[in-house]
Amino acid sequence: MNWTAVAAIYRFEMARFFRTLAQSFISPVLSTSLYFVVFGAAIGSRIEQVEGVSYGAFIVPGLIMLSVITQGISNASFGIYFPKFIGTIYELLSAPVNFLEIVLGYVGAAATKALFIGVVILITAHLFVDLTIQHPFAMILFLVLTCVSFALLGFIIGIWAKNFEQLQLVPLLIVTPLIFLGGSFYSISMLPPVWQTITLFNPVVYLISGFRWSFFGVADVPIGLSLLAIAAFTGLCLVAIGWIFKTGWRLRA
Amino acid sequence: MSTILSITDLRKSYAGGFEALKGVSLDIEEGEILALLGPNGAGKTTLISTVCGITTATSGSVKVAGHCIQQEFRAAREMIGLVPQEINLEPFETVWNTVRFSRGLFGKPRNDALLQDILTKLSLWDKRNSQVKELSGGMKRRVLIAKALSHEPRVLFLDEPSAGVDVELRKDMWDVVRELRQSGVTIILTTHYIEEAEAMADRVGVIAKGEILLVEEKSDLMARMGKKELEVMLTEPISDVPASLAAHGLRIGPQGRSLIYTYDVKAERTGITTLLNDVAAAGLVLSDVSTRQSSLEDIFVDLVKGEPS
Repeated sequence: MNWTAVAAIYRFEMARFFRTLAQSFISPVLSTSLYFVVFGAAIGSRIEQVEGVSYGAFIVPGLIMLSVITQGISNASFGIYFPKFIGTIYELLSAPVNFLEIVLGYVGAAATKALFIGVVILITAHLFVDLTIQHPFAMILFLVLTCVSFALLGFIIGIWAKNFEQLQLVPLLIVTPLIFLGGSFYSISMLPPVWQTITLFNPVVYLISGFRWSFFGVADVPIGLSLLAIAAFTGLCLVAIGWIFKTGWRLRA
Repeated sequence: MSTILSITDLRKSYAGGFEALKGVSLDIEEGEILALLGPNGAGKTTLISTVCGITTATSGSVKVAGHCIQQEFRAAREMIGLVPQEINLEPFETVWNTVRFSRGLFGKPRNDALLQDILTKLSLWDKRNSQVKELSGGMKRRVLIAKALSHEPRVLFLDEPSAGVDVELRKDMWDVVRELRQSGVTIILTTHYIEEAEAMADRVGVIAKGEILLVEEKSDLMARMGKKELEVMLTEPISDVPASLAAHGLRIGPQGRSLIYTYDVKAERTGITTLLNDVAAAGLVLSDVSTRQSSLEDIFVDLVKGEPS
């Protein structure tokens, strides 16, 4: 393993993040605050409690997931797409690094950024509502796994994308709807029975449910199933990336 | 000298069926400067990209100091530095971080003194904290060179290093390249500027349509294929070549003030003595005589046209 190269990629990618630290920091704080004002205060005052948890607190895990997933995808997809776009990819392809090292560098950095934003949101949320985390280790595990797995997905999207439109396509058309319909802001038990069944086909449901369980001990689906789902998703992304690197798809002519 | 880069029957076909490299074989000796000349689309960049691992070869083998670029890609690539033709740089990063990144990427431990030395030689040290986007075109190209040198390669590829660089800077770059050669780095450069090959190369390779047409010592090439011209200046202008001189194949120079005779330097008899005698016999009075050696450019144009003269 060329760990020096992994560290070099990681540091270079993190530098991009720190150059725009203010933006990286302000935007999640602002959007989280807005969600709290709209959902927590305006709507939450009418819902009061969901499964024994105040609505304001109930949406916190979903909000964190929403940001972490979109940030993980966008950071990783941009991270690998940008060198392709500006041409600096040549250096990566001609360097004595294998694909695992490239993935570790890029996905590691993207996941770190997503994790950072997740933590910022958690702290911001703490200012608005009382939060107790019943299973802190499970919470950290879910958070980290989500950051990593969606950064992997973002990496795939970044390699697949041929232009900036395509870079936005999957997050916008598939991921964001899945998150919103995955119980970020409501419990599945609030849905009509038919929709409850349909919703179970949405993989994000398992993530949010598991993450929420780590906070409040309540879940839409069994916790084991949630862990299985995220493990399967991570595995799937790894297989896809393995194939990309074996074939050089959209990287090497 | 030993062979540091060995390319054997390298082929590259693209999905559309276009054959960019049609069985290229080339051995490069350690410490030499080889200039690859060729028109646009000849396969120069494809050849470099394949050796460096950016493009995958369809068949054939490439070895860098005995290391296969596929099975032993780490050992092979560590030795290679590449300065691409296009200015591909992360615009928002500083010069220093960009160069440092390259060194790390190639697995070399941090060495700030070395990087300082490289940047100083390339007149970039003052700009080390500037963002790449703030630099001029020539400076950006030097950043590319600095990146390629940052990991101490033994073989350096320079793909069109002088494209878009002014004359002064080009001369500076040549000095840098010569200095690198002194330190033992093998250099392969592609260029459109024959002047560049002529000024720097030990050997010249000519590539066209994916095939190497020839690789020769620059001096041999010029001697073998070089033509010389003898220009005989006349005191009185003439309008036609006198009939008695027709056998020499002369051309009339500007304003009829000279006669130009082309001869082969490697020929046993150049025919100069006979010519000068005949010129005198024809009653022409000479004011001056000069000779000119044909340049690599003339040779190159002949070769690529497929009619070596």
